[in-house]
Amino acid sequence: MFRLEARPQPSVWWRYASPLLALGLTVLVGLTLFVLLGKDPLRGLQVFFWEPLRTPYALGELMVKATPLLLIALGLAVCFRSNIWNIGAEGQFVLGAITAGGVALLAGPDSGRWMVGAVLLAGIGGGMAWAAITAWLRDRYHANEILVSLMLVYVAVQLLAYLVFGPWKDPLGYNFPQTRTFEAAARVPRLFDGMRVHLGLPLALLAVAGVWVYLFRTLAGFAQQVGGLAPAAARYAGFSSRRALWVALLLSGGLAGLAGALEVAGPLGQLTPHVPAGYGFAAIIVAFVGRLHPVGMTLSAVLMSMFYIGGELAQSRLGLPKSITGVFQGLLLFSLLACDTLVAYRIQWRK
Amino acid sequence: MNSIARLELTDITKRYPGVVANDGIALTVAPGSIHALLGENGAGKSTLMKIVYGVVQADGGQMRFNGQPVTVRSPHEARALGISMVFQHFSLFDTLTVAENVWLGLDRHFSLREVTERIRAKASEYGLEVDPRQPVHTLSVGERQRVEIVRALLTQPQLLILDEPTSVLTPQAVDKLFVVLRQLAAEGCAILYISHKLHEIRALCHECTVMRAGRVVAHCDPTLESDASLSRLMMGAEPAVLPPPARAPGAVVLELQRLSLDSEEPFGTALREVALQVRSGEVLGIAGVSGNGQAELLAALSGEDRRAPSGSVRLGGADLSRAGPRQRRALGLHFVPEERLGRGAVPALGLAQNLLLTRDDAVGPLGWLRLGALRAQAEAIIARYQVKAAGPDAAAKSLSGGNLQKFIVGREIDGTPKVLVVSQPTWGVDVGAAAHIRSAILALRDAGCAVLVVSEDLDELFELSDRLQVIAGGRLSPSVPRAQATVELIGAWMSGLWQDQDKKESGHVQA
Repeated sequence: MFRLEARPQPSVWWRYASPLLALGLTVLVGLTLFVLLGKDPLRGLQVFFWEPLRTPYALGELMVKATPLLLIALGLAVCFRSNIWNIGAEGQFVLGAITAGGVALLAGPDSGRWMVGAVLLAGIGGGMAWAAITAWLRDRYHANEILVSLMLVYVAVQLLAYLVFGPWKDPLGYNFPQTRTFEAAARVPRLFDGMRVHLGLPLALLAVAGVWVYLFRTLAGFAQQVGGLAPAAARYAGFSSRRALWVALLLSGGLAGLAGALEVAGPLGQLTPHVPAGYGFAAIIVAFVGRLHPVGMTLSAVLMSMFYIGGELAQSRLGLPKSITGVFQGLLLFSLLACDTLVAYRIQWRK
Repeated sequence: MNSIARLELTDITKRYPGVVANDGIALTVAPGSIHALLGENGAGKSTLMKIVYGVVQADGGQMRFNGQPVTVRSPHEARALGISMVFQHFSLFDTLTVAENVWLGLDRHFSLREVTERIRAKASEYGLEVDPRQPVHTLSVGERQRVEIVRALLTQPQLLILDEPTSVLTPQAVDKLFVVLRQLAAEGCAILYISHKLHEIRALCHECTVMRAGRVVAHCDPTLESDASLSRLMMGAEPAVLPPPARAPGAVVLELQRLSLDSEEPFGTALREVALQVRSGEVLGIAGVSGNGQAELLAALSGEDRRAPSGSVRLGGADLSRAGPRQRRALGLHFVPEERLGRGAVPALGLAQNLLLTRDDAVGPLGWLRLGALRAQAEAIIARYQVKAAGPDAAAKSLSGGNLQKFIVGREIDGTPKVLVVSQPTWGVDVGAAAHIRSAILALRDAGCAVLVVSEDLDELFELSDRLQVIAGGRLSPSVPRAQATVELIGAWMSGLWQDQDKKESGHVQA
């Protein structure tokens, strides 16, 4: 038998080791799963952890999917550190995609390159506006931000569906629910020929630096986190909880909206009902696995992106259902939550 | 007392990671005796009592109760034996009412209504004001302790352990409690009484065991000792001597006028027509039993509550009633709250980071943090106020209460305030740190700062204050110079009994 004993100090070592152990456990359970499904476990491992890294193109794809995850997770980390539980990044992502798409549809064949900037700003504005609804309801009426932000996801998805099935449907699109393909001037430029990696990647890395500086090098970022760690201390210090609420939600809404804009004006190139791919929810896992730290989240975003691509490959190569991606993401989060016990506790073996 | 010892501990040892909390402790308590356990914070008294009460298990040693060897594995078993304990840190569920909390610790064959009635009866018998139907989260520290005492008395204990029970009682209530304890002892109940208050131990206890650094260092008859000899036993050194009173106070710095304010808490105390003045170079002490409006008064002073009527809070003539804490600090009003962890400091953050709550010396343009300057500032405060900490990055929660308090008081004093408002400066702080904090406050006063101390510890107020006022039921008594204040007068005022002619008198006293 064993029992858990509280550590006198949280273990710094386990704070870093816990995500790795969680990853190990995820792989272990994943392998067992492959065996139980009658698949070759080594082939499964290869599909998930080797193929996404094998060629420059595959690496590029990894980055394409990691970009929105990272952008959204950065905003969520600011929220979660402030004890503001924005669960609706998916909705803010969709709204960003819608507003960005709306602006992109205005572009003609002779529009200038500045159009991309307008598209991205529109996306940021859309995401911010959507998050502002949550912030306002919580600020004004003390409405629970978890419920409000989550429910607004479904409103956003319906709004998108209405637009692509209705007013914004491409008249030449054989009645498919989708908009026109955006003009080149409104598309996010790619970094390299022949790869889908786009301007979003440097923007996301810039956001990593920005969020890091904000959180760890400015008084505003410090005040933001004190509100989450010890609300009474924040009141004592005179740090405004309303300001913290608005900053966190507008920042995360803006970043999610930017991710949405980059996605539609980048790889997708048009609005379809399939814009909401679950990045907003997966980014919650990215944020926690990355320890709500910008650098940690950069790594976990790549890992989560690997699961997305691995899941897609597992469909085509191994004939496994698409939900395998979700299973892996869920396994990772569960294992992490379990392993995190070891940060504050140690195991005592007893005879 | 030739009878069998009620409690006999031999060679009790308890190790925690990195520290030996109890090292071979021996202790014998006779039936009907009131036995003091004296020692500084961290001396291991609380750990020893937790072992007796079954909260933690000893690593070694033996415990006999009424002559029988016993192993107490849980507080439930302790209560079954007849051991009851009143903790220093309360073990009450916030969301439940007083009666429900007491009910949890009792045998189940009582109905909630019976328990409610028994609480009422017991509380009035001992003069402890407790409303059994009130939810615990709305109670002040003092009220919670009263609940704990009533709860312990309800179990008809054979051994009652009291951990610092009098820190939140009026002198009259302390006297009443002592009557109760002496009566309990006369009925044959053994009492283990943990306290820092030396004169209480000398007045109440029959025997005294002194602990230092996890060991028993002395055993004595407290009635034959003096405060000085007891504190020497406890600390191994003399406490710091406080400097003599300052020169005449200067101009009025902080002024409250007709401050009436409803509480933000559902069961809080509304402030009614509160008026006070603090002059530079003087300490005004506010006495009172907790829950009489102190929390509300302090929030209105600090700016955490900004609903005060305009013109009711003035600092150097400027109206501050609607200003937030940061604006008030910028004008020279600093505040040390009662709750150190979670309000005065963020538990998980390092000391240097905790400076940023109230100090912006290391904040550059655009809010940029100069971390080097911040750590240097923290190191300077740690050195100057003799804070025992691993360094400027040590988490606030890793410090003992006394050391964290020294750091917080140091942080505010270091900000060169014009007015310092301090709540419960030495609550739960060991004697050495308390003396240090008090002399720092007096040095600040002598440097010309106006100081307002709100405390429930009368000894402390008499030691620190130049004038005293009492808060009761949200109203503030007239002020009385320390030289004219007696424990009896302040005690009577604590019950809200002050005469109208006192107001005229105080007008002439303040002039």
